[in-house]
Amino acid sequence: MLTSFGIINYLSAQSGPWWRVFYDFTSLTKNIDAGLHNAMSPFWTTVTEMVIVGILFLLFYAVIGLFLVYAERKVCAFIQNRLGPNRLGPFGIFQTVADLIKLLFKELIPIKNADHFLFNLAPYIVIIVNFMVLAAIPYALGLHAVDLNIGIFYVIAVSSMSVIGVLLAGWSSNSKYSLLGAMRSGAQIVSYELSVGLALATVVILAGSMQLSVIVEGQRTGWFIFKGHIPAVIAFVIYIIAGTAETNRGPFDLAEAESELTAGYHTEYSGIKFAFFYLAEFINMFIVASIAATIFLGGWMPLHFGADNGFNRIMDFIPPVIWFFAKTFFLIWVIMLFKWTFPRLRIDQLLTLEWKYLLPINIVNLLIMAFIVLMGWHF
Amino acid sequence: MEEKVKDIDTDEQQEYIINIGPQHPSTHGVMRLVVSLKGETVKNVEPHLGYIHRGIEKMCESLTYQQIIHLTDRMDYLAAHMNNEVVCLAVEKALEIEIPDRVKVIRTLMSELTRIQSHELFWASYGMDLGGQTCYFYGLRDREMVLDIFEETTGGRMIVSYNCPGGVMYDLHPNFQKRVKEFLKHFRKVLPEYDDILTNNVIFHERTVGIGPLSLNEAISYGITGPSGRASGFSCDVRKHEPYSAYDRVKFNEVLYAEGDAFHRYLARVEEMRESMNIIDQLIDNIPEGPYAVKMKPVIRLPEGEYYQRVETPRGELGVFIISDGNKTPYRVHFRTPNFANLSVLNHLVKGFKIADLISIFGSLDFVIPDIDR
Amino acid sequence: MDKIQLAEFFKSLDSDLEVKEGKQYTEVTVPPSKIHSLASQLREKEEALFDFLDCITGVDYGHDLGVIYHLRSTKYQHMVVIKSRTADRENPLFDSVSDIWETANLHEREAFDLLGIKFANHPDLRRLFLNSSWGFPLRKDYVDNDMITW
Repeated sequence: MLTSFGIINYLSAQSGPWWRVFYDFTSLTKNIDAGLHNAMSPFWTTVTEMVIVGILFLLFYAVIGLFLVYAERKVCAFIQNRLGPNRLGPFGIFQTVADLIKLLFKELIPIKNADHFLFNLAPYIVIIVNFMVLAAIPYALGLHAVDLNIGIFYVIAVSSMSVIGVLLAGWSSNSKYSLLGAMRSGAQIVSYELSVGLALATVVILAGSMQLSVIVEGQRTGWFIFKGHIPAVIAFVIYIIAGTAETNRGPFDLAEAESELTAGYHTEYSGIKFAFFYLAEFINMFIVASIAATIFLGGWMPLHFGADNGFNRIMDFIPPVIWFFAKTFFLIWVIMLFKWTFPRLRIDQLLTLEWKYLLPINIVNLLIMAFIVLMGWHF
Repeated sequence: MEEKVKDIDTDEQQEYIINIGPQHPSTHGVMRLVVSLKGETVKNVEPHLGYIHRGIEKMCESLTYQQIIHLTDRMDYLAAHMNNEVVCLAVEKALEIEIPDRVKVIRTLMSELTRIQSHELFWASYGMDLGGQTCYFYGLRDREMVLDIFEETTGGRMIVSYNCPGGVMYDLHPNFQKRVKEFLKHFRKVLPEYDDILTNNVIFHERTVGIGPLSLNEAISYGITGPSGRASGFSCDVRKHEPYSAYDRVKFNEVLYAEGDAFHRYLARVEEMRESMNIIDQLIDNIPEGPYAVKMKPVIRLPEGEYYQRVETPRGELGVFIISDGNKTPYRVHFRTPNFANLSVLNHLVKGFKIADLISIFGSLDFVIPDIDR
Repeated sequence: MDKIQLAEFFKSLDSDLEVKEGKQYTEVTVPPSKIHSLASQLREKEEALFDFLDCITGVDYGHDLGVIYHLRSTKYQHMVVIKSRTADRENPLFDSVSDIWETANLHEREAFDLLGIKFANHPDLRRLFLNSSWGFPLRKDYVDNDMITW
């Protein structure tokens, strides 16, 4: 069970001067674990720890989801010369909470002729996939649900499973708009999965590991986007584009293009099931941004240049959790800007962009990166 | 058994029919398009009309001419002023009344403001149809200023009912000139922003250039007028060919393109906003003094005969055909509405394009559904 | 062409045509059987070139039903009004001009919908606004049974 809290023995061996030592969440989890062991049997300890982690992630999921909905509305209002939500609480921060309560109490409209089992299952698949990915992300030193040694591989593999939920939703609703939206979404996510994977693979070559904690640790002397020269920058840009497409957000929101398909695959959903899809979209955006932050921008690692100098020490005063969320929310803001400034692409143009431009560039980029790493030209 | 399998594979069987509308975000009103798809490719579109058919032509037969004007507002609600104007012009022509200069200039100014606000809403909603929601808010923000000007003078924002036979209902508000100049100054500044966010956007080009091309001959044959027709090179501006009100004393260009695709239909409208601003510029400082209406009899009886009058609305040529039998109510009124004629080309344009292009083409023709149904 | 030239032009086309100088435009009256041939001539003849159909108006004259075409030339900007009427109220039949001007398709459907005027050879003559059980509201003898009274 201890491993499930992400113990990074490798890191704790490298203690330095007091300002260099980030707070290691491993010690906290270790203490909790030891305390529980004293109080109960190993089986119940494991159960209790699982419940605690589960509740923490549920809370985290809800808070991040609600905050992102609020942020989206504020960012969009800012771009569109509006005020956005401003009535409930200071700056309207409780608006999304109120919206959630409203959605909870709304009627779940049963759809005649729908495949009820799949119809009800679909939102949960999307949510479960979200949780599975969230578990693998390092939020700070030692703040990990699981630290798999194939972290990136796991993230890519699991995150593309959300397409199953979307396809199920579209198919089981027995609605033509939904089916069209689901088919679009299927084609889109499957295609862009390639670019996401290859862009991340570019960095894996540079990092030499797929374990997320090692990748973050590898950026102690500089983020990979700076270390990897131009290929890393190209990979980053491709990742952001493909990641936006994978989350079905504008300008790639064809799956729910409201001017064509009213709401796409979740047209027939109501109440909290609709809210699940809605939240999942935002959490997906958070996942894409946090993976990008972890892989390219150092995750929780502060801005470092070189091995050890004054600049690095000043940066270290800012706690890693803040670094992580600052980077993630910056990327989320960029993704939001895309949505509110660009018109939507057409489905064939979307696939053209992926298969004719992003994928070839990506493959060449991968080769260049491999060559750079082979020659040792990176920092 | 084998025959059955074969049957299913034919194109006829693979048609996937979806209903766009009557309640749909991009039909801009209550209209139903029955779309036959193969994959995402549109094979056939059939508009089903009548969801807001109010029988305006029938109602007109039992109303006096003054009353008809208030009904015409409800046809093309974005060009309410022009709809009023066309009836007034027809009545004035029938009665052979010479209307004062001031009225002519006021009508022209109001028409051009109407044109600008209508094209602004087109710009806004077209951007939204293509997924750029920010456009909608930018467009409506600036349109609000024009509506405020309308409200000040006429009391109405969209449904202005400002014209009456022989002139206009009330004189201009003292603030009118100042407000219009403020608006022009503001709008000249923000129009380049419109270009930045939509006209010069790569994705927007991808979505519109070469989509739904319409040749000149087709445009004439299908009776496509207004900016949609002019984008195909069809010189059909009534303001040029048959000047009414004060259009004979202003200089402006008829915006003409040859390509006729969705992008140029869009571009024609954006350029028309610039031309409209030029027209307002020429008139706003020299509104002649004088009465704002001719004294008319309370009951207007048109002499027996047939009268046809057309004006240029933001969507094309609006014609009114009045048959009078000398009574206070017309014997028959027929409106040749631009949207109704423009609708006939929709099926021809979208065949073979994707369903997303259907929205793009439908948007670029700038339909106002009550104008089709009447 | 001005009004006089147009009148001469129509006389030269067919001496039987009834050409009248209207208040605004030249008005030509033709029997229903001749509409299509006249329309195709007007569309084709280089000196007239009526290539733009403004509108088709169906009119109920009390005992006759009529159709009025407003034609315009985009080249010369002259306009002519073609009228035709028939006394047959049960089965008023005119020739469709939708093969000459595509826009006639919808206009003729509208006339059929509101006045019950039939157009021969129209590709798709169905009700446009109203459902098939409705009467023809623009006819003068139309009685609205479902009038809402307050």
